[in-house]
Amino acid sequence: MRPDPDQLLQRVRLEEQKRARGRLKVFFGMAAGVGKTYAMLQAARRLRESGRDVVIGYVEPHGRPETEALLAGLEQLPPQRVEYRGTSLRELDLDASLARRPEVLLVDELAHTNSSGSRHAKRWQDVEEILDAGIDVYTTINVQHVESLNDVVSAITGIPVRETVPDFILAESDEIELVDLPPDELLQRFSEGKVYVPDQAKLASQQFFRKGNLIALREMALRKVAENVDAQMRGYRVAHTVQETWPVAERLMVCIGPSPFAKQLVRAAKRTATQLHAAWIVVNVQTPDWSRLPDAVRSRAYEALHLAEQLGAETITLSGDNVTTEALAFARSRNVSKILIGKPAEPLWKRALRGSILDRLVDQSGEIDIYAVSARIKGSEIAPIHGLRSKIPWREYAVAVLVVLGSTLLGLSLQPGIDLADVVMIYLLGIVGVSIRTSHGPGLAACLLSATTFNFFFTTPYYTLAIDRAQFVITFVVMLIVGLTISGLTSRVRAQASFAVERERRTHALFEATRSLSAVGSEGEVLASAARQIAETFEAEVAAFLLGEHSRVVLRTTSHDGEWINAREIGVAQWVADNGRRAGLGTATLSGAEALHLPIPGAGGRTLGALAVRPAEVHGFQDPERMRLLEAIVGQAGAALDRTRLAHIAQEAEVEVETERMRNALLSAVSHDLRTPLATIQGALSGILERGERLPADQQKELLETARSEADRLNRLVHNLLDLTRVQSGDLKLNLDWHPPEELIGAALSQLERSLAGRELCISIAPELSLIRVDGLLLEQVLINLLENAERYSPAGSPIEVKAMRDPGVVVLEICDRGRGFTPGEERRAFERFYRAQPTERGGAGIGLTICGAIVRAHGGTIEARNRDGGGACLRVSLPLPEDPPPFGPEARA
Amino acid sequence: MMSPPNILLIEDDCEMRRWLRVILEAEGYRLLFAETGEQGVIEAAARRPELILLDLGLPDLDGVDVIHRVRGWSATPIVVISARGQEKYKVEALDAGADDYVSKPFGVGELLARLRVALRHAATVRTGTEATRFKAGGLEVDLAARWVRVDGQDVHLTPIEYKLLTTLARHPGRMLTHRQLLKEVWGPNFVEHNNYLRVHMSQLRRKIEEQPARPRYILTEPGVGYRLAEDP
Repeated sequence: MRPDPDQLLQRVRLEEQKRARGRLKVFFGMAAGVGKTYAMLQAARRLRESGRDVVIGYVEPHGRPETEALLAGLEQLPPQRVEYRGTSLRELDLDASLARRPEVLLVDELAHTNSSGSRHAKRWQDVEEILDAGIDVYTTINVQHVESLNDVVSAITGIPVRETVPDFILAESDEIELVDLPPDELLQRFSEGKVYVPDQAKLASQQFFRKGNLIALREMALRKVAENVDAQMRGYRVAHTVQETWPVAERLMVCIGPSPFAKQLVRAAKRTATQLHAAWIVVNVQTPDWSRLPDAVRSRAYEALHLAEQLGAETITLSGDNVTTEALAFARSRNVSKILIGKPAEPLWKRALRGSILDRLVDQSGEIDIYAVSARIKGSEIAPIHGLRSKIPWREYAVAVLVVLGSTLLGLSLQPGIDLADVVMIYLLGIVGVSIRTSHGPGLAACLLSATTFNFFFTTPYYTLAIDRAQFVITFVVMLIVGLTISGLTSRVRAQASFAVERERRTHALFEATRSLSAVGSEGEVLASAARQIAETFEAEVAAFLLGEHSRVVLRTTSHDGEWINAREIGVAQWVADNGRRAGLGTATLSGAEALHLPIPGAGGRTLGALAVRPAEVHGFQDPERMRLLEAIVGQAGAALDRTRLAHIAQEAEVEVETERMRNALLSAVSHDLRTPLATIQGALSGILERGERLPADQQKELLETARSEADRLNRLVHNLLDLTRVQSGDLKLNLDWHPPEELIGAALSQLERSLAGRELCISIAPELSLIRVDGLLLEQVLINLLENAERYSPAGSPIEVKAMRDPGVVVLEICDRGRGFTPGEERRAFERFYRAQPTERGGAGIGLTICGAIVRAHGGTIEARNRDGGGACLRVSLPLPEDPPPFGPEARA
Repeated sequence: MMSPPNILLIEDDCEMRRWLRVILEAEGYRLLFAETGEQGVIEAAARRPELILLDLGLPDLDGVDVIHRVRGWSATPIVVISARGQEKYKVEALDAGADDYVSKPFGVGELLARLRVALRHAATVRTGTEATRFKAGGLEVDLAARWVRVDGQDVHLTPIEYKLLTTLARHPGRMLTHRQLLKEVWGPNFVEHNNYLRVHMSQLRRKIEEQPARPRYILTEPGVGYRLAEDP
């Protein structure tokens, strides 16, 4: 079986990225004290001895003599001192590391959380940036800090672990070295005080360093490393086609909701996916009820989705009425083979009554396997959420009470004239009204209250809640059910409508953005359009930065006044543009910024700049759907920018090619057509000089006349070339003036006096054509070229006609001959650059008509060629007739 | 008979000097040479030639500057040699006081005619004897009696047309720029109104020329001015 080409491609791409990126080597251990730092420093010394440029970026001060001894002689960057609440904290100096650019940088404790005020929240982010800069990194990490193992470790040891590193860092590392120590030895070292633990963790470490714990941790560490080795081997197999069997790809889907255990479910899924070597998708189905949940609850789902993304999952938010249906439809569309779901948290009676999602999934899943995962793990910390209850809409409850009161009063006032069924109708009307106007709770309240008051006031025995007749029982129950159904349905419909509106709004926003971005032409317009779209859609202020000279970002456009843009925001934008990752508000990088900065992606993975979005609300982009929409629009903007740039480059290239082509054509035409007359002149003159005494006088004269006429031709050619240069250089300025047409024609004829000798010239100038407004010299050149052309392509002695007349709106100049005319198709080609009718015929660079076309076009006129009746060619120049009549001067009246 | 007239040729190109010398000495002129503008001005002052033949494209000085400097103290006729396409410079040179010009490349006949006209004009100015009658081919103008005849037929001209024709006739064969003509006929305030000149010139031509598009008497120098043919 051949490897999948897509996979190979992906691998090649990864390797290319890696080549530019630094290599990451991880020293991996089961716990503190196994000697990771020691092993790392030893490795560093070996590198150092082999001549590599090794620098220590940051090593925890262990205070152990063996470690200190290894440090000696290695270059060490001074740590960055950060003042925090009166204490001075030591951090890795990221900028100094980047500036120093060693071959290999040592960074201890990858899971470390940076103190506030640092660029990134986590040290692993610092390391990512260093790797991106092409620097190799050696680092250390303990198994409990691996994100996907985090809660398992907590469960085993009973100690919460807050500092974690996402799994992909480990997965992408080029080498993992397991630093192992049997638990007994480690325990011994610990009891001897050889294990470095920070003071504040002394107590916890007592609990941590127990044999049972260490055995479990050791197993996890070994397994994690084994997984990684396995992944590497699989990668090798793909690259080298070693494999014989390729397992059918498993695809795992996890359904999460706003449950407190969502994150644990995600971690469990990650572990399962890794073990199964499966791709995994995390799905959050939002039902209409979603929007009624308090922010804090919803954000649990968002945080879980975010975690899933970090762990390498694909995340999807679906919306629909029914979680089961939506989730299964999606699972089928993506060929999911296994679905993971948390064990139901509801009490049994509730499940018996309403059924659980799990039951429905199991019922309807068909061929898909369903795994129910126990989410609760002992010892894991679940922060209680404050404000879990949404605010109670007292006003709406008051409305409900008032409406029921009104219905009751109305019913009572109509008594005893109306039937009991009518009273029920009045109540139901009230319930419908309340349900339409308010949320679910007040509708339900109105329903229950209605039933109660109905019972109290209208059924016998009156003014008690007792019912004595079976008929009333039916009425009462039916009323309650109908009321509940109506209230439920109405509020559901309302929620669905608002849900649909929100979805529609997003779709529309993206559509609008795409449409408006595709319509604009320039870079500035693209940015302005994108900024406007985003500002409107997200109720935010937007600023767009593009990378300019020296890779510095330049602020290009803002949606509002942009007063909030200061040096810090520009710094964030610069970082985003350099690193191609988002930063600023709501992210873990440079989170002190007021705006969220997103990279503007260009073709080929380049970053074109950064787009800063400053939402009116700080949590404006917590909802991943909004984030995705924002990213989609920014992506569209990037594509549009690329398009405008490419169009620009293509245009330039086209102009260049055309110029080049034209230059070559001109050069070959000119070199031929300059040399021909020169050859004649030289031949004639040298003939007379060298053989003059043998030539009779009349032959000498003929030679001389040939030389002279060739010199004339050469002169005209040079003149045309000069004009061509003027026209081509693009700064041809017409020196427009009024000229009598006969003057122009006369001047042209006098230039061609000798070559036109012996020709019959018919010149007709319409008398009403007193003056025309042209550039005299250029138009004379047009006439010279056209006359020369007529002379060249018609038999000697045949007549040539020159006409000047007026047609509606135009002045027409026409030069006609009685030559062979044009062959079909030639009429148009005649004005192409350097086209010559018959290359073998008497010269002319073919630039004559090209020049004519250019000059006439510069005048806003046209030039056409056609064949005449009775044989011959006609060239017709039409020039626009100016409106204002030529002024005659003051004395003309005298 | 006077001694042959001296012509100072200010020209930097060696080949141009060579063939001009052959032609002009064969015509009986004596040639003096200068290769630069500075040298030309000095030669003009020292040798007092009867005519200066000046190439406008000199390596050191702008040809128009040479004209200005010579005109500061001398009325020696100056004929300018210039390339076609440099109409602006020709007009500048003529307005600065040059008498006429020839365009490169030029024929011998054309050059000799210009020189003749310039020398004759200088002679009339010197002696103060201005001809009152002009005749070229079929065209006759009597400046004193104020009539114009073409092929023996009286031609009726408007005052402007008459003034135009007589201005040209007073300098037969010589190039007059648009500016010079406008100044002479309309007055110094109208030197920019080329279109007046063109309209009236066009009308004048229709009256005296058989084929206005192939004029025999009033010749056009596109972009520069007009010249009355001496001997069509």
